[in-house]
Amino acid sequence: MSQDRREFLATAGKVLVLTAPAAAYWDALAAGKTEPAEPAYRMADHFWGMVVDIDKCIGCGGCVRACKTENNVPPEPFYFRTWVERYHVDPLSEHPEVDSLNGGFNGFPEKFAPGDKAKSFFVPKLCNQCAHSPCTQVCPVGATFESPDGAVLVDKTYCLGCRYCVQACPYGCRFIDPRTETVDKCNLCYHRITKGLTTACCENCPTGARQLVDLKDPKDPVHEFLRTHKVHVLKPQMATGAKVFYNALDGSVR
Amino acid sequence: MNRLFKDKEHLVRVAGLFLAGIVVFVVARAILVPKGFGQYGHYRGGALADVRSKPVVYAGRAACVECHTDEGDRWKGGKHKGIGCEACHGALAKHAADPSALKPEKPDAKTLCLSCHAVNVAKPAKFPQIDPKAHMDGGLCTTCHDQHAPDKEPKK
Repeated sequence: MSQDRREFLATAGKVLVLTAPAAAYWDALAAGKTEPAEPAYRMADHFWGMVVDIDKCIGCGGCVRACKTENNVPPEPFYFRTWVERYHVDPLSEHPEVDSLNGGFNGFPEKFAPGDKAKSFFVPKLCNQCAHSPCTQVCPVGATFESPDGAVLVDKTYCLGCRYCVQACPYGCRFIDPRTETVDKCNLCYHRITKGLTTACCENCPTGARQLVDLKDPKDPVHEFLRTHKVHVLKPQMATGAKVFYNALDGSVR
Repeated sequence: MNRLFKDKEHLVRVAGLFLAGIVVFVVARAILVPKGFGQYGHYRGGALADVRSKPVVYAGRAACVECHTDEGDRWKGGKHKGIGCEACHGALAKHAADPSALKPEKPDAKTLCLSCHAVNVAKPAKFPQIDPKAHMDGGLCTTCHDQHAPDKEPKK
């Protein structure tokens, strides 16, 4: 077979030009096989977070009960995906008094007398859905990860139950489910938010103290809220990229 | 030249070992690394669909008012309009999917109302709170207040 230089260059050029689309097509084919159903939901269009307004929380524990029901969290009073803490802060004391009886599951019976010169408030806590999460970085098998739409999820079929992530989370949001010996945590009701519903805790919060927010949705009222309020995340010095924004958060909250 | 390669069977043996090692690695990797791993990042892409496939337990307020239009209209016009139906009535996705499958129970007004409205210093001052000993005469809240629109005129 004879081939002059001109022919060779033309063929080589064609091969070079066609390689990229062929590779892209191949990738798309491979991706198409495992792409989750529900084509209406596009992960690239969302980036989930939450806004918690301390000034609205009444400590009723509705979110804790709803979360346990929705997500089948073990009923024992030390397994929580979300819980509520009561702070009692004496401005002259170095340490706040914090209690969270049964995670706030049954609400908070009155414990303090009015007018005792301390401030008192409730702080709902949950997984902060960190964008640069320490818990996902320590997983040895890639069983926990930040999804492209901003939720920190657990792959229960690959979790070893090694507990590294439980220790890595600076917010204490993870626990080992005693029934499966795998890790469990708040996943922002990922099965609900991908269907257009809000999370179970937000759905059942009577005062609207918790709001699920989509940071990529320009119409979401969160943008206005973040502009007009002084918000804070927990432990910003850890640089976790936490996406649970607290309004009116006191400095004593850890 | 001949002297250089006179013991070449050693080289062949080592090359064979290397090749076998590579084959074992490739085969083991294909077996051990789950399908879809690395599709979006350092995790199994199918895990997203797994998490999503969990059934919903709370139907959401929009589903309730599709059928219960009377209660819905009254609720929407009152002070309790921000509260989801299932916050008081319980998780009812099963009822929303098939009304005959699960009949919701009537909430116990004696404990339910107080779970929010009992006085507590940690609650925001603006939130309406009552001291159950001073405010109630032991009766149900709902004898005087309309649970769906509590700011409307008291019930007779």
